[in-house]
Amino acid sequence: MIDSLLGWIIFLSLFFVVLSILATIYRLVKGPNASERMQALDVLSINIIAGIAIFSVFLRTTAFFEVILLLGILSFIGTIAFARFIERGYVIDRNSSD
Amino acid sequence: MRESEMKKPKMREPNDVILRTVTKVAVFIILTFSVHLFVSGHHNPGGGFIGGLAFVAAIVLLFLVYGIERVRRNIPIDFKVVAGIGVLIAVLTGARGILIGEPFLKQTFGHANLPLFGKTELATAVLFDVGVALAVIGTSLTIIMSIGDDR
Repeated sequence: MIDSLLGWIIFLSLFFVVLSILATIYRLVKGPNASERMQALDVLSINIIAGIAIFSVFLRTTAFFEVILLLGILSFIGTIAFARFIERGYVIDRNSSD
Repeated sequence: MRESEMKKPKMREPNDVILRTVTKVAVFIILTFSVHLFVSGHHNPGGGFIGGLAFVAAIVLLFLVYGIERVRRNIPIDFKVVAGIGVLIAVLTGARGILIGEPFLKQTFGHANLPLFGKTELATAVLFDVGVALAVIGTSLTIIMSIGDDR
């Protein structure tokens, strides 16, 4: 699978995605503020989604697409929750806010 | 306590039009995806547990955007009862095996000719999965509502 040119390209792109995941983890640990950590978490999940997509191209399978969709949903909700917590100090509004 | 909250100066009005508009579409996508995960759980990755968790993710998104009271007013269901009904369904489908002299949780399947779908494989494991999904939905939403209630 890795002997063709496309295989090498996919393998190298997967390598660089993993490198960017490591850099994002560094920002997640080091990040001086809560908002940097939140952004790092969002970017981390996007990078994991990209890695899974490249890996499923590498394996020529569609079995991981549900994982991609589920990660997208969970990172969306998590980012909204963190942003709400940073902005207002609570996550779920108890009284109706309309 | 309510009066002290009422007397507190009103915070800045939340201006999240984009979030509300996106949520109105995304909730339906997540609910459809949870049903897809639930149905595909017999042969493919998925099942009652993860389908219920995706359902809970959609409800949590509604909680985040619209507030817990408004969602409770529109979905007037006691989720502890839902969890109980789910566990009851799961145990009853398991006890079916004991009643006919087979091991506990023994499942069976058969083929039926449905009018719209043609020849379809029907399995009793789906009923067990319904119980698991209801138990997961009830438990998770009870936990989230009781954590989110007191701050």
